[in-house]
Amino acid sequence: MDALALSRHPLWGWGYSDPTTLFGGVKCLETIDFFHKAVEMTDMVKKFGDFTANDKINLIVHKGEVHALLGENGAGKTTLMNVLYGLYKPTSGSVKINGNLLNIKDPNVAIKNGIGMVHQHFMLVEPFTVTQNIILGNETTKSMGIIDLKKAEKQVAELSKRYGLTVDPNALVQDLSVGSQQRVEILKALYRGAQILILDEPTAVLTPQEIQELAQIIQNLTREGKSIIIITHKLKEIKQMADFCTIIRRGKHIDTVEVAKVTEEDLASKMVGRDVIFKVAKEKQLRGDKALEIKNLVVQDARGLPVVNNLSLELHKGEILGIAGIDGNGQKELIEAVTGLRKVKSGTVSVQGKNITNLSPGKIINKHKISHIPEDRQKRGLIFEFDIAENLILETYFKPAFSKWFTLIKERIYSNAKDLIHKFDIRPEESEIPAKALSGGNQQKMIIAREVSNEPEILIAAQPTRGLDVGAIEYVHEALINQRNQGKAVLLVSFELDEVINVSDRIAVIFEGKIVGIVDAQDADEKQIGLMMAGGTE
Amino acid sequence: MKKDARLKKRFNIRGIKDFLLSGSLGVTLISVFLGFMVGAIVLLIAGFNPVEGYFAILKGIFSKPKYMSYVVIYSTPLIITGLSVAFAMRTGLFNIGAEGQYIVGAMVAAMAGYYFHLPMVLHIIVCIFLAALAAAAWGGLAGFIKAKFGVHEVISTIMLNWTALYLSNWAVTLKSFGKQGTGKSFAIQETARIDLFGQWKITEAGIDFIRSHKVLGDILKSPVNLGILAAFLLAFLMWYTLNKTTLGYQLRAVGYNPNAAEYGGINVNRSIVTSMCIAGGLAGTAGALQIMGVSHRIAKLATMEGYGFDGIAVSLIGNNTGIGSVLAGFLFGSLKYGGSKIQDAIDAPTEVINIMVGTIILFVAMPKLIKLIFSFKKGK
Ligand SMILES: Nc1ncnc2c1ncn2[C@@H]1O[C@H](COP(=O)(O)OP(=O)(O)OP(=O)(O)O)[C@@H](O)[C@H]1O
Ligand SMILES: [Mg+2]
Repeated sequence: MDALALSRHPLWGWGYSDPTTLFGGVKCLETIDFFHKAVEMTDMVKKFGDFTANDKINLIVHKGEVHALLGENGAGKTTLMNVLYGLYKPTSGSVKINGNLLNIKDPNVAIKNGIGMVHQHFMLVEPFTVTQNIILGNETTKSMGIIDLKKAEKQVAELSKRYGLTVDPNALVQDLSVGSQQRVEILKALYRGAQILILDEPTAVLTPQEIQELAQIIQNLTREGKSIIIITHKLKEIKQMADFCTIIRRGKHIDTVEVAKVTEEDLASKMVGRDVIFKVAKEKQLRGDKALEIKNLVVQDARGLPVVNNLSLELHKGEILGIAGIDGNGQKELIEAVTGLRKVKSGTVSVQGKNITNLSPGKIINKHKISHIPEDRQKRGLIFEFDIAENLILETYFKPAFSKWFTLIKERIYSNAKDLIHKFDIRPEESEIPAKALSGGNQQKMIIAREVSNEPEILIAAQPTRGLDVGAIEYVHEALINQRNQGKAVLLVSFELDEVINVSDRIAVIFEGKIVGIVDAQDADEKQIGLMMAGGTE
Repeated sequence: MKKDARLKKRFNIRGIKDFLLSGSLGVTLISVFLGFMVGAIVLLIAGFNPVEGYFAILKGIFSKPKYMSYVVIYSTPLIITGLSVAFAMRTGLFNIGAEGQYIVGAMVAAMAGYYFHLPMVLHIIVCIFLAALAAAAWGGLAGFIKAKFGVHEVISTIMLNWTALYLSNWAVTLKSFGKQGTGKSFAIQETARIDLFGQWKITEAGIDFIRSHKVLGDILKSPVNLGILAAFLLAFLMWYTLNKTTLGYQLRAVGYNPNAAEYGGINVNRSIVTSMCIAGGLAGTAGALQIMGVSHRIAKLATMEGYGFDGIAVSLIGNNTGIGSVLAGFLFGSLKYGGSKIQDAIDAPTEVINIMVGTIILFVAMPKLIKLIFSFKKGK
C-alpha cells in the first residue's frame, strides 16, 4: 500500500512501480530505504522582510540517503537548513520528520527528533576536551548531578570507533586540526542521537585527504540507516558522495536529480542557468620584471617555532605564481609576514627593490600597493556590523575619493558600492545591509571586489574561491587572470591543487616552511606535485 | 526614504511589538519600565506605598521650576561622562577611568580659573581647553599603556582613578591654592564662571527680580549654568565624529573588529590611544563645567564622587550613542535628584533609586532575557 503512495513522487515522477527496481544495480543507492521518508519539506517559504530567500522549496530525504544541496552563493541553502534545524521560523510550508508533521520552533525540538547540524563555523569550546565538548548540554550524570566523565568517554570512544571518526576523546579542542574539530561536531550530533545529519559546506575547510575520510564516514553513517544532507559547491564531491541532489536557484527549487544519471556539467548548468566553463582560458603572457622578492625569510609562530623557514621566492609582473601545499606548511604565516600582519624574524621582503620588511600593513597597502584577499574572511576580511558600502572602503576611506576635510562623502561611498555590487554580482544588490546578513559566498565576493578595485600592483589571494559556487569561481579566476594580463603580479595560495594548476603560470610547492620546488604550470604533473607537497623528493 | 522602509521590512520590523523587541531602543524602554517595577516591589517589601513613593519623586522633579532646573544641573555632568564612556565603548574600550579623568579636569579647571586673570569669555575657553587637555592626557595614558604593554584599560584606569584622587587632594593642600584649614581650594575668578547671572543675582536688582518673577525667579534660585548647552554640543559632536568622519570610521572599525581593522591598514594602537584621549577629554570637560558652573572650587575628597562611574551607567542605558547618553543622563539625573526627595516625603531610603538604576542596567545588558520574558507572555 504504502509502497505505491510513496513511489508516486511529485518531484521525481517515478510512476507507480516499485522504486527499488528502478534503481536496481546502482551501487550507491543500496542503503536507501525508499519506504521511509526521513525528511519531507513541502513548499517551504522563508522571507526576510520582502526578500524571499526560500521560495516554495520541496525536499525529500529518505532513510539511508545522502542528499546534496546545490546552488549559487545566496541561493538559500543555508537558510533552508536553518529552517529545518529550527534556527529560523519558516514563513510558510510544512516539515515532516519520519512521516510526522512537526513544528520545529527551535533547535531543541530538532535535536529531540533526531536532527543534527554541523555548521560551517564550528561552535566548540576551545579549552574543553573533546569529550567535554561532546557531552556539553547533554551530560551523562551519576547520582546528584555529578558528571560521569568516565562513562561519557567510553560512549564517545564507542561512537567514534563505530563510524570511523577517529579523534582522541581526551585532547583539548584547541589543539585539534580543523578536520578533527569537524569530526567532534559530527560526534556531538551523533551523541545526541541524530538520525538526520545536516552538513553545511563541511569540505570547504578540509584538505583533500580529510575530504576522503569524510566521504568514508558518510558511507559508514548511511550504512547504519542515517540520512545525510550535505551542502557543497564542489561537483566532484557530489558525484562521489551523494545519491540525490536538489538544485536551488535564487530561492527556487529547480530540480532534484539522481546523481548517477547526470554529469558535473549538467549540474553546473542547472545551478547557474547557463553553461559553465571549467577550465579558464588564458593566453600566453610575457613575464615582466621582478615585483616581489622574498629572501631567506624566517617567521615564527606563537610558540617560537620557525614555521616559515629560510624561504626565498620571486614573483614577477604579469604572472600568477601559485603556491601549492598542504594546509599548515607556513602559507598563512608567509602571507601575514609579507602583508605586515606578522613580524619577520629574519630575512627580507622587497617590492620593486624597496625593502618592506616589517613595515606596517597600512604602508604596505598604500605605498607599496599590495592587496590581500585573506584566508579567514570572518576574522580579517570584513566587519560584520558595517554595511557592504562601508566594508568596501576599509582601505580607502581616507582617500580623496571618499572623504574631504576628514569627512566621509556618503554619496560617493554608496555609489562606489553600487558599482562594485553590480560588477561583482554581489547578492542581494543592496549596499546598506550589514555584512553579517550576506551569505558566505557573497561575503567573499565583497572582499574580492574591494581588493581588486584597489588596483594593486601585487595581489595576494589566499584561498580566494573557498565557499564560492562554480559560477563565482569562474569569475574570480577571470579576475585574477585579468590582473595578470594587465601586467600585475598575482600570488595565489590554495590548498586545491586543481585550482593552482589551472590558474597559475608557475607553481611553487611549499613544504614545512620552505619552497621545495618550482615548476611551470604547462608541464605540471599532478602526481609529482602531490608527492612534493607531502615532502617526498622526485 | 523608500529605502528606509525597505530595510525595515527586510529586517522584519513590522508592528510596535516587533519594533520593541528588535531594536535596542525597545529593549531600553522595556528595561526602564521593568526597573520601575522592581523599584516598586522593593518599596512594597520595605513596607512603603510605591504609588506614594513615585508620586513623591515626580513631585520632587516637576512641581517647581527650580526643581526642574536642578534636574538639568544634576544631569549635565552625567551626560558628559556618559559620552566619555560611550565614545570609548564604540572603539571597543571600557573606560572605567572617566572618574579619574573627571577629577583631573576639575582640578585643572579650578587651578586655571583661580590662578589666571583673563577677560571673561577667553578665561572660560582657556579653562575648559586646559582641563580637557590634561584629562585627555590622563585617558590617553591608559590607552598608551594598553597599546604598548598590553595592560587592559580596566586595570590601568582604575589605578589612574586613585592617582587622580590623591593628586587632586594634594593640590588642595598647596599653600597658594588651598584655603588653609578648610580642605577646599580658593574659588575661581568670576571671569571663569559659566553660571547665568551669578553676580547679578546677589545685587539688589537681582534679588528683587527673583522675588517678583515667579517662574524665572524660581529657576534662578538654582545655580543655572551653560553646562547643559555644552553637553548638547558635545553629544552632537560625538555623533558627528563617529558617524561622519574618517576618524569615526577608523575607530568604529577597531571597535567592531580590530583584526580586520589591522588588516585594512588601520593603526590599531594609535586608534586606541586616540580614542582614550577623546574619552578622557570629554570626562575632563564634565569636571571643568561642574567647577565653573556649580561648585567653583575643588575640595579634599575622602572618596570619589562617582560622576565618572555614573557615566558608565548612563552610557550603557543610552546604548553607547550621543543622543542615548543625553536621554539616559536626564533619566539618571532626574532619578538622582527626585529620588533624594523620597526620604523626606515618605521616609523611604533613597537607595531604592540605586536599585532601580541597577535593575535597568541589568535588563539593558540582557536583551535576550527581555525577549524571553515577552515570548513567555505570548504563551509560546
Ligand atoms: N538574517 C538575514 N537577514 C536578511 N537576509 C538574510 C539573512 N540570512 C540570509 N539572508 C539572505 O538570504 C539569502 C540566502 O542566504 P543563504 O545563507 O541561505 O545562502 P546560501 O545558499 O547558503 O549561500 P552560500 O553558498 O554563499 O553560503 C542571501 O541573499 C542572504 O543575503
Ligand atoms: Mg551558506
